[in-house]
Amino acid sequence: MPAVQDTIDRVKAIDVDQYKYGFETILEMEKAPKGLNEDVIRFISAKKDEPEWMLEWRLEAYRRWLTMQEPSWARVSYPKIDFNDLYYYAAPKMNEAPKSLDEVDPEILKAYEKLGIPLREQEILAGVEPKNRVAVDAVFDSVSVATTFKKELAEAGVIFCSISEAIREHPELVKKYLASVVPVSDNFYATLNSAVFTDGSFVYIPPGVRCPMELSTYFRINEKNTGQFERTLIIADKGSYVSYLEGCTAPQRDENQLHAAVVELVALDDAEIKYSTVQNWYPGDSEGKGGIYNFVTKRGDCRGKNSIITWTQVETGSAITWKYPSCILRGDGSRGEFYSIAVSNGRQQIDSGTKMIHLGKNTTSRIISKGISAGQSENTYRGLVSAHRKASGARNFTNCDSLLIGDRCGAHTVPYIESKNASAVFEHEATTSKISEDQLFYCMQRGLDEEEAVALIVNGFVKDVLQKLPMEFAVEAQKLISISLEGSVG
Amino acid sequence: MADVQKFKTAAETGLAERFSQARASLPGDAAARATAFARFTDSGLPHRRVEEWKYTDLRAAMREAAPLAGKLDDKAAAAAIAGATRFAEIDAVRIAIVNGHVAASASDLGALPAGVEITTLSQALAEGHPLLASLGAIPEAADNVAYALNAAFMTDGVVIRVAAGAKVEKPLHLRFVIDGEASATATRTLALVEEGASVTLIESHECADGVAHQPNDVLEIVARDDTKVEHLRIDAHGDAALALSTLTAYLGARVAFDTLNLVTGPALMRHQVYMTFAGDHTTGAVRGATMVTGRQHADTTLYVNHVAPHCESRELFKTVIDGDATGVFQGKIAVARTAQKTDGKMMSSAVLLSEGGTMNNKPELEIFADDVLCAHGATCGQLDDDLLFYLMARGIPRPEAEALLLESFLGETVEEAVGEENETMRETLMAPIRAWLSARG
Repeated sequence: MPAVQDTIDRVKAIDVDQYKYGFETILEMEKAPKGLNEDVIRFISAKKDEPEWMLEWRLEAYRRWLTMQEPSWARVSYPKIDFNDLYYYAAPKMNEAPKSLDEVDPEILKAYEKLGIPLREQEILAGVEPKNRVAVDAVFDSVSVATTFKKELAEAGVIFCSISEAIREHPELVKKYLASVVPVSDNFYATLNSAVFTDGSFVYIPPGVRCPMELSTYFRINEKNTGQFERTLIIADKGSYVSYLEGCTAPQRDENQLHAAVVELVALDDAEIKYSTVQNWYPGDSEGKGGIYNFVTKRGDCRGKNSIITWTQVETGSAITWKYPSCILRGDGSRGEFYSIAVSNGRQQIDSGTKMIHLGKNTTSRIISKGISAGQSENTYRGLVSAHRKASGARNFTNCDSLLIGDRCGAHTVPYIESKNASAVFEHEATTSKISEDQLFYCMQRGLDEEEAVALIVNGFVKDVLQKLPMEFAVEAQKLISISLEGSVG
Repeated sequence: MADVQKFKTAAETGLAERFSQARASLPGDAAARATAFARFTDSGLPHRRVEEWKYTDLRAAMREAAPLAGKLDDKAAAAAIAGATRFAEIDAVRIAIVNGHVAASASDLGALPAGVEITTLSQALAEGHPLLASLGAIPEAADNVAYALNAAFMTDGVVIRVAAGAKVEKPLHLRFVIDGEASATATRTLALVEEGASVTLIESHECADGVAHQPNDVLEIVARDDTKVEHLRIDAHGDAALALSTLTAYLGARVAFDTLNLVTGPALMRHQVYMTFAGDHTTGAVRGATMVTGRQHADTTLYVNHVAPHCESRELFKTVIDGDATGVFQGKIAVARTAQKTDGKMMSSAVLLSEGGTMNNKPELEIFADDVLCAHGATCGQLDDDLLFYLMARGIPRPEAEALLLESFLGETVEEAVGEENETMRETLMAPIRAWLSARG
C-alpha cells in the first residue's frame, strides 16, 4: 500500500531544499592549526585551561585512535574522510570568557535569535509560565558561549555548565563518571571524540532533586572546514529527575562536515533521565552535495535499581547519520525506552537504532521506531536487544515501522535479538497488529475503521512523548508528529 | 600447496589437503571446482566476525576436516540402508544416497513414475549432462562458503527432471545415510520441475550418534511457471555430526512452493535457504521446527529475494531450546524495486526451557519498493505459565503438560506445511517431534 497524500506533503515540507537554518554568521574566529596531531590536542587542552590529567587522558585516547580502523558495517557510503584536513578547534574570538550575556558577541546572539533559541532569561520570562522555562547551554562550534539560569539551578543544587567548566570546577565528578559509560576505546569515533572533544554540557542532579526546569543544549556548527566534537555527561543521582533536550543546526555548505559526539548518561537508584534530540544538521542539497556526517555515540547506563532512561529522537537532518542511543539496564528493575522518528529525504543516509542490554533482574525496555524514506535516501533501523544470563524477568517490546515514499529510496530493518535467559520475554513486531485489542475495540466501536484506529493509537503514543519537546526547539518535530504511517511496509 | 600456509586452523589446512588429494578423482569440470575452492581459500572458514556467520562460528566449531567418505560396495550400502530404519516406511519412490553416493541397488530407480527422469550427479557431471546448466540458478549462493565447499567436493547426488505437465502423485524420497567412521560427505541434488508439473520431495538425513560426520548437502530446486513443489526435510543426523545444508529455490511465475525443515539431530547444524521470486504471482513458504538440547547448536539462515511483483512469501520458524543449547534464526527478506505488491511475512518464535539456553534472532528487511506489505516478528520466552497451570489444574503432570504445549507449538509448522488430507505424512513428520519430546522426559 503506498503512502497517503498527507504524509507525502508533510515530508515534502521538510525536504532538503527547504532547509531553513542554512545561514552563516560571519565572525572572527580563532582556530587550531589544521589537522590532527598531539600538538593540536595540547592546543585544545591549553585553550580549555585543563588540568594535566585531562591532557594525558586525551593523548592516550589519541594514541589508541591511531591504531583503530574506521567502521564499515553500517549501511552508509561516503568518500573516505581525511582526518587531517579538518580544524579540530574553532571558537569565536574573545579576549576572555564572557561573564554575562552582555559580553557575548551580538552576532552570536543574533544567530541564536534567528534559530529561535532564547538566551536572555528576561525574554524567556516575559509572558511565559514559569514552569515552562528552559535553561539553555549554547555551543557554538567548539565552545559553549552561554549557559542560562545557572544561578537558579545552583540554588536547587543542580550543576549545569559546559563540560570544560566542569573539568575545572568539578574534577571529582568528571573523573568518576567520564568514560564510565562509553569507554575511551569503545569505537573509532568515540575514541576520536575522547582525544579532541572541545565542549558540550555537563549536568549533575543531586539526590532527590527534581530539576526545576528543562535543560537544553543547542549545538551550532558555523565555521567551515571544522568538525564539531562535543561531549555531554549527565548524572542523575539517587531519586532525581531531569529532562534534557538538544538541538542541532548548521549552515548550508558544499563541503561535508564531521560531527562526532559522545553522550553519556548515568542514572543511579530510582533516578530518571529523559533525553530528547531534535537533530537538524544541514542535510546536503538534493544532489547530495554537502551536509553533516553525524557519527554519534550515545549511551545511557541505568546503574541503579529502578532507574529510567528515555531517549526520544527526531532525526531529519545530516547527510549521514550513524547513531544508536542505547541503554545498559544494569540496575534491577530499571527501564530503558527509545522513541524515534527518522525522516530521510534527498540523498540522506540514515543508519540508526538502539541497543537495550538487559543485565539486571526484571528490567524492561521499549523501542518504538518510525522510519520514513523519500527521494533517493536510505533509511536503516539497526537495533540490538539482549538479555544476559542473570537478567531474569527481562521484558522487551519492539515495534519498528518504515515507510517509503517513491521508488528510488530504500528502507531496511536489521534487528538483533539475543536471549540467554529463559524467563526473559522479547517481542519484536514490525506490524501494528500487536496494539492493545481493547484500545482498538474502543476506537472501532466509536465508528473508526481499523486502519484509522491503529493510526490514531500509534500516533497518539508517539505524540505523548514528543509533546514534551518545547515548541521553540521542535517546530519540525511537531509537524512530524501527525505523520501517519499508513502504508507502512513493516 | 602455498595456500595452505595462510590458514589458521587444522580444519582449514585439512580441507586444503583433502582438496588437493581428491581433486583428480572427482567427476566433472575440474576448473569449476578449483574456482569454488578458491572462494574458500580467499577467506577460510567463516567466523563470528563475518556478519552472516556472526552467531555460528564455523572456524571454532570445526576442529578438523574429516576425510571424504568413500563409495561403499552394493552389499555394504544395502546393509547401511537396512540399518537406518527411522524413515524406511514412508510410502514413496526411494532414492538412497549412502556416504555421499547414490546406492542404486537400494533405490527404486527402475520404477520411476511417469514424467520423472533421474540421473546420478556423478554420471551427469562425467558426461556433461545438459540439465546441469540449471545448477547455480541463484548466483548469490556461490559466495557462501558452505555452498562453495560443496561445489568443490560434491561427489554424487541426483539430477531430477519432472517433465512439463506431469503430476507426480507419489513423493520422491531421498534417503541420506552415512555409515562407518567419521567422514565428510558432499552431495548435490538438482530438481528441475518443468512448466505445469507438480511434485513432492522428501529428504531424510540419518547417521549414528557419537560419530563426528561432516555432511554438507545442497539441494537446488528450479520451479518453472505454474508448478507446485513441496519439499519436506528431516535432519536426524547423529548427535556428534556437524551438518551444513543449503537449499536454493528459484521460482518462476504462478508457482506454489513450500518447504519445511525439521531438525532434531546434529551437534551443530546450519541450514541455509536461498529463495528467489523470479516470476509474478508466486507463493513461497519456508518453515522450520528445530529442537535442540545438550550443547547443540542449530542455525537457520534465510535469504528471500523478491524480484518479481505480486508474490507472497511466508516464513514460519519455531525453535525449542533445552539444556545449554543455542538456537539461531537469521532471515532476510529483500524486496527489489521491481517487486511491487509483494506480500511478505516472517515470524520466528522460540521457547527457552532451561537456564543455560540461548536464542539469537535476526529478522532483517531490505526494501526498495514502495507499494509492498512486509512484516516480520520475533518472539522469545518461556512456556506460558497460565497455559501450564490450566493443564496442570486438570490433573496433567507438568512434564506431560509441557510436552503437550510444545507439541502444539512446533506442530503448527507441520500443520501449515501438510494439508489435512495427508494424515500419514503429518504423522510421519510429527513422529520425530514426539520422539524428541518424550526423550526429554
